[in-house]
Amino acid sequence: MSSRRTTERLEHAAPALDTTSKALATTSDGFDPSARVSVAKAYKMFVGGAFVRSESGRYFQTGGGRADGGADPAVVNVPRGSRKDARDAVVAAKGAEAGWAGRTAYNRGQILYRLAEVMESRREELRVALVRGGADVAAAEREVERAVDRAVYYAGFCDKFQALVASSNPVSGPHFGFSVPEPTGVVAVVAPGHPALLGLVSTALPILAGGNTCVVVAGADDPRTAVVWCECLATSDLPGGVVNVLTGDAAEIAPHLAKHREVGALDVWTADAELRALCEREGAGSVKRVRTHDGEAIERLAGDDGQGLGFIERFLETKTVWHPVGV
Amino acid sequence: MSAEITKTGEALPALDFGHAWEYAPSPEATDHVRIAPRHELFVGGAWRQPHSSRYFDTISPSTEQKLAEVAEADERDVDDAVQAARRAYDRYWSRMPGRERAKFIFRIARAIQEKARELAIVETMDGGKPIKESRDVDLPLAAAHFFYHAGWADKLDYAFQGRAWRPLGVAGQIIPWNFPLLMAAWKVAPALACGNTVVLKPAETTPLTALLLARIVEEAELPPGVVNVVTGAGATGAALAAHPGVDKVAFTGSTDVGKKIQRAVAGTKKKLTLELGGKAANIVFADAPIDQAIEGIVGGIYFNQGHVCCAGSRLLVEESVHDLVVRKLRDRMATLRLGDPLDKNTDVGAINSGAQLARIRELVAAGEEDGAERYSAPCALPGKGFWFAPTFFTGVAQSSRIAREEIFGPVLSILTFRTPEEALEKANNTMYGLSAGIWSDKGAKIFWMAQRLKAGVVWGNTYNKFDPSSPFGGYKESGFGREGGRQGLLAYTEVGQ
Repeated sequence: MSSRRTTERLEHAAPALDTTSKALATTSDGFDPSARVSVAKAYKMFVGGAFVRSESGRYFQTGGGRADGGADPAVVNVPRGSRKDARDAVVAAKGAEAGWAGRTAYNRGQILYRLAEVMESRREELRVALVRGGADVAAAEREVERAVDRAVYYAGFCDKFQALVASSNPVSGPHFGFSVPEPTGVVAVVAPGHPALLGLVSTALPILAGGNTCVVVAGADDPRTAVVWCECLATSDLPGGVVNVLTGDAAEIAPHLAKHREVGALDVWTADAELRALCEREGAGSVKRVRTHDGEAIERLAGDDGQGLGFIERFLETKTVWHPVGV
Repeated sequence: MSAEITKTGEALPALDFGHAWEYAPSPEATDHVRIAPRHELFVGGAWRQPHSSRYFDTISPSTEQKLAEVAEADERDVDDAVQAARRAYDRYWSRMPGRERAKFIFRIARAIQEKARELAIVETMDGGKPIKESRDVDLPLAAAHFFYHAGWADKLDYAFQGRAWRPLGVAGQIIPWNFPLLMAAWKVAPALACGNTVVLKPAETTPLTALLLARIVEEAELPPGVVNVVTGAGATGAALAAHPGVDKVAFTGSTDVGKKIQRAVAGTKKKLTLELGGKAANIVFADAPIDQAIEGIVGGIYFNQGHVCCAGSRLLVEESVHDLVVRKLRDRMATLRLGDPLDKNTDVGAINSGAQLARIRELVAAGEEDGAERYSAPCALPGKGFWFAPTFFTGVAQSSRIAREEIFGPVLSILTFRTPEEALEKANNTMYGLSAGIWSDKGAKIFWMAQRLKAGVVWGNTYNKFDPSSPFGGYKESGFGREGGRQGLLAYTEVGQ
């Protein structure tokens, strides 16, 4: 029965959450005193497991666009994250690091699977968010499906990549030697603007699967989708601080993350070559692992190339351990 | 056997090591080794004069005598070398099947074994390290690295879990002076195995064995330009790292220079791996086999005069055995022989350069100013050359420069701890993360520590062990990328998702 309902919803051209705005649309002068007034959502950043405004009090506006609907007015205010917000997010990610890395890989996999379940149950809302962000309805639907599947993919990878990248080292001598992967620590991500949802999922989840925590700067093109995704994170079993999502201007925030000594690595997805180079330069001050990806790489995120062991491996360290063998 | 008595009346037994025997001098014969008076650049398979016609001297740090003069490569020479490497990549090396590349690399491994004695002697003369170390560590490992990586050349399809891979192209490789030939092997062998061509820049104080390696490459009849060697100082290395024709930069050296290189390649498509400094904690628990730990401490810090990026330069001792460990360490240090690096009985050779000696002295003076208590082994220093007696400091504060900065010399800082958690906190409280040592008879405790130490290599009840099959490299500001093992191949390949 539930699957039939889903099918019916898919047939709607407009997003299902659009019902409240219909009343507004039917009045001739745009206002109907008898209609219900929708409850608009305040969009906030997600730091340390809580939804927060920018400490700076700054905001930027998003909205309009085609198929705009839902409960939101045409224009909404979104926090414009600051340097201090970035620092707070790093503190949260750092605080969550030991707990997340210290869980069993099996448990991390279960939590990511829980995230996939929550995303599945919120497909409708995610799709509406993407449409409001400018995606067309069919593409939004495909993106949400792919994003959920990708969450399932990485959930199942949490306890397997170790066997693929670890080694028993046949050293010449009476020693037992092996090398195991470990998380780098806090990874800062500059997420691509589009695809808004798949961009977040494809960059953040392999980082989590590897046992890292992260601070993500969501693309400014469609920050609302990022916030809806954060609501999925908040209602999955992910501990607070494991993923922190800032909204705002990546060109303003990312260099601060690149300089921050508690950030071990940067994953920068932007068509802005100057920003990529700036992050690489600033990251050098603390020998960060800086990975940058151009527009072409961002386009590949939507396809089958957008996932794989390589995404996890990028933010792993190799630890080699030796011990003598003897009696 | 003597026993010291502590202030609390506790007896501290001496180290049961025997007496330091008096040996007659036993110098390695050098009469069959001829160092050419002048060395050119090895570019495109030929020996070439530098454009500038400038040469610099390389000296023996144990005698300060000039060994040879070596070409100083400028930007034009580097450009020639990079172009030669590009041609060799396009014409030969990238078109050659892995099984054929492998045989060239095996030839290099064999030639190193055949010339091991000559190479060891030149390494010791040029760098100042004891002959027993160059003979028994540097040379066998250098040959082993080529041998190991040769075998990978035709098996790379197995190395990346079925993912597509390709070589990067031209690798610019800049190596340090502490293990000159071995570092060349760590860099050149995997690069060639993965199908790259290389331009190698050895350190200015130790260029000779890299040039002998170039001779081996020539005699092994590798296609011209597959391996190029450009000698020079920092400017030559900077020109190599900055050259737009280089696809990959690999650097081993100080964290300061590593950061400069990382900044220099920012905004380019170059792939980078860095193997930088360290300030490793060597952690001794009260339940450790203390006499074995003493060997590990001595080997950890005084091996190669402490010119080792993964040297165990911070000794963390559980408080209850601090006095015992310090006493036994002093006993053991009394048996170390410092002197002529070519003498087969020498344990501690010469400091690599006057500049490095000045750096060690500066940091030791800082340690004394900070109020730490210094002990230096009572050994006579030769009149000529650069020397520093094996030294340790007790009562070192965590904030002291000698506990935080890499000294890169035979100087150990000793700190204490009371609990494993405190040892861990102190060990990880550094910007570096290259290596660590743990000494304990409790297996579970060793693994508990090993899991939590932020270090790329962890030695349990041993120290300073290396093998080509064993990935080596750092966490945090000790760099990124690994050398050795399957993992090390990632540094020289582009691998699909």
